[in-house]
Amino acid sequence: MSLAIATDGTTQRNWLEKLGAGHVILGVALVLYPLVASDFFLTQIGGYSLIFGMLGLSLMLLAGYGGMVSLAQITVAGISAYAIAILGNNNSNILGFGWPWWLAVPFAVLAAAVASALIGWISVRTEGIYTIMITLAIATATYYFAQQNYAIFNGHSGYAGIRAPAFWGIGWRDAKPFYYLCLGLAVLSYAAVLYGSRSTFGMTLQAIRDNPRRMRALGYHVTAHKVFAWLLSGVIAGLAGVLLVWFNGRVSPGTIGVDAAIDVLIIAVIGGLRHPIGPFLGALVVVLMQTFAIDIVGAERFNTLIGMVFLIIVFVSPDGILGLWGRIKPHLAQESLRPGP
Amino acid sequence: MSLLDRPSQTLSSGGITGRQAWGLVGLLAAAIVAWLVFAVWPDWLNAILISKKAFVSAILNGITLAGLYFLVASGFTLIFGLMRNVNLAHGSLYLLGAYIGYEVTNRTGYWLLGVAAGFAVLAVVGVVMQVFVFRRLEGDDLRQTLVSIGISIVAADLMLAVWAGGTYQITTPEWLDGALTLPVITAVRSNGASVFLTYPLYRVVVLAAAIVIGVVLWLMLHKTRVGMMIRAGVDDRAMLQASGVNVHAVFAIVFAVGAGLAGFAGVVGGSALSVAPGEDVRYLLASLVVVIVGGMGSITGAAIGALLIGLAEQIGLVYFPTYGIVLTFVIMVVTLAVRPQGIMGKAR
Repeated sequence: MSLAIATDGTTQRNWLEKLGAGHVILGVALVLYPLVASDFFLTQIGGYSLIFGMLGLSLMLLAGYGGMVSLAQITVAGISAYAIAILGNNNSNILGFGWPWWLAVPFAVLAAAVASALIGWISVRTEGIYTIMITLAIATATYYFAQQNYAIFNGHSGYAGIRAPAFWGIGWRDAKPFYYLCLGLAVLSYAAVLYGSRSTFGMTLQAIRDNPRRMRALGYHVTAHKVFAWLLSGVIAGLAGVLLVWFNGRVSPGTIGVDAAIDVLIIAVIGGLRHPIGPFLGALVVVLMQTFAIDIVGAERFNTLIGMVFLIIVFVSPDGILGLWGRIKPHLAQESLRPGP
Repeated sequence: MSLLDRPSQTLSSGGITGRQAWGLVGLLAAAIVAWLVFAVWPDWLNAILISKKAFVSAILNGITLAGLYFLVASGFTLIFGLMRNVNLAHGSLYLLGAYIGYEVTNRTGYWLLGVAAGFAVLAVVGVVMQVFVFRRLEGDDLRQTLVSIGISIVAADLMLAVWAGGTYQITTPEWLDGALTLPVITAVRSNGASVFLTYPLYRVVVLAAAIVIGVVLWLMLHKTRVGMMIRAGVDDRAMLQASGVNVHAVFAIVFAVGAGLAGFAGVVGGSALSVAPGEDVRYLLASLVVVIVGGMGSITGAAIGALLIGLAEQIGLVYFPTYGIVLTFVIMVVTLAVRPQGIMGKAR
């Protein structure tokens, strides 16, 4: 019954049904957002949420479809951010090869993807909860490494004076262009993940998440699929890292610290790991809280607030905001998108 | 058992088993280390390794640091091994213990009282965490881990609120001050007199305490009834429960011991080094790597892991300060590549 719907529906649907009314409304709202928002709301809220949403998305791809919860996503983003600083221009008088952006960006994203695949290759040696330990250890060790090494990472101070490129007569760090740049890349990543999850690879990955032994017995190369998922997630995290370094204009060990690594996990969990939209929701909530927490608890105790919210979400609704939504709209609760054990 | 798990072990090294081969390698390494420590070094060796004093100090610092790491990580590995609970708030337990030790020592003037308070308070905190938080999420290890992350964030922030960002030093009593002259000749003066190495007495005591506690833990695990239950639980929790043991009591005991040891290590470590925000992350990283390298739920594994990481950190600090952490990386990656379950971990 359900099978029949799935097979004959795909050819007959028009583009609106294919895209989903919700996506269209959301897309139009996001495109028109700059008309009503001030510069602050465009970059500090809009752009920043989209960047951290992409980071959360890269985690959601691994955790939701692959059952691998990583704490090293900010590390991967940090690698591409550092690569931009090293390959392009910075004003810290160390390295800085002065490559143009169209050369530096692909290399930075490639470096991030390869690093992510390596992290994945190391962590898929073990299973389950070990992944979280190994990735946290890698994230922490990388943070300490960036702090103690001056030849590559310029130590504690990191790199400053990194500028977003200007071409076609547009300065891409200006509020509106930067927002649209973030939006474009975020939509692209979102669509890619959504499409990928329904592709053969995505289906295989989810099957591996649910029963790796059976998939191995069926002749699938389990490790290769998992590592490839890490590679893809590394591309998204790498793109987010490029945006992050353009947004901040600088990158330092603090950018890739343990706090930041945990923030990405918090964002993904608060939003929900069942659907790619979850991390963006979570990022928006966290960024709004971060910005307006001063009015609630004062800037000092923000971490207590976010920690409590996180604890409540984990206790009350393991599927995050999406899970709460799913209780109201039961048809959203698709069994196939549940996070792995 | 090892025959079934790893048939290649007995076949590969023709004549001697893998275990014997490793034993030989270990003996050889021990002999080399012993020579390095006790012999008067020829000049070429001094040239390579900066000086004998620097080298031996690095080794000693590494071993004492390993003692601290062992104290923190043994609790972490037992909790993880038994309850499958990756308690990422373990570093916070260390730091809280250190702060409590500081307060108690400062107010009463008795350092030993501070140490005792660090252990006792954290043991209670551990039981509370297990009974009121983790027990509710039993069997869902991902959520337990997420909750422990939440706790660590809140705890770090609240500790920052109470003790601010400053660095504290717990004052040790006078009988622990001073230095010990070790029977290790670092150099020979031109007049033929030997220069012996001196080392802070306190650090030697820390190491001794860690070894004593390690032995006590091992005896508790291998010679007592509770220890038997814990080991059985690490191997097969469901079976332990099925045989009529009150596993929740066992869990509470392990959490009390694990958290208490972290608190104890906090006070002891806070006296040797210093207490400051961020130390929690450092000891959490150490615990993670020690468990990954040593294997979960194994006290012996924790000791080996702690020794490797402590030595790697201190040797790295002396010989390649800007790449020191890479050694830790390498140890972790090599272990995962060769033996994913850890050196003393059992294949699952």
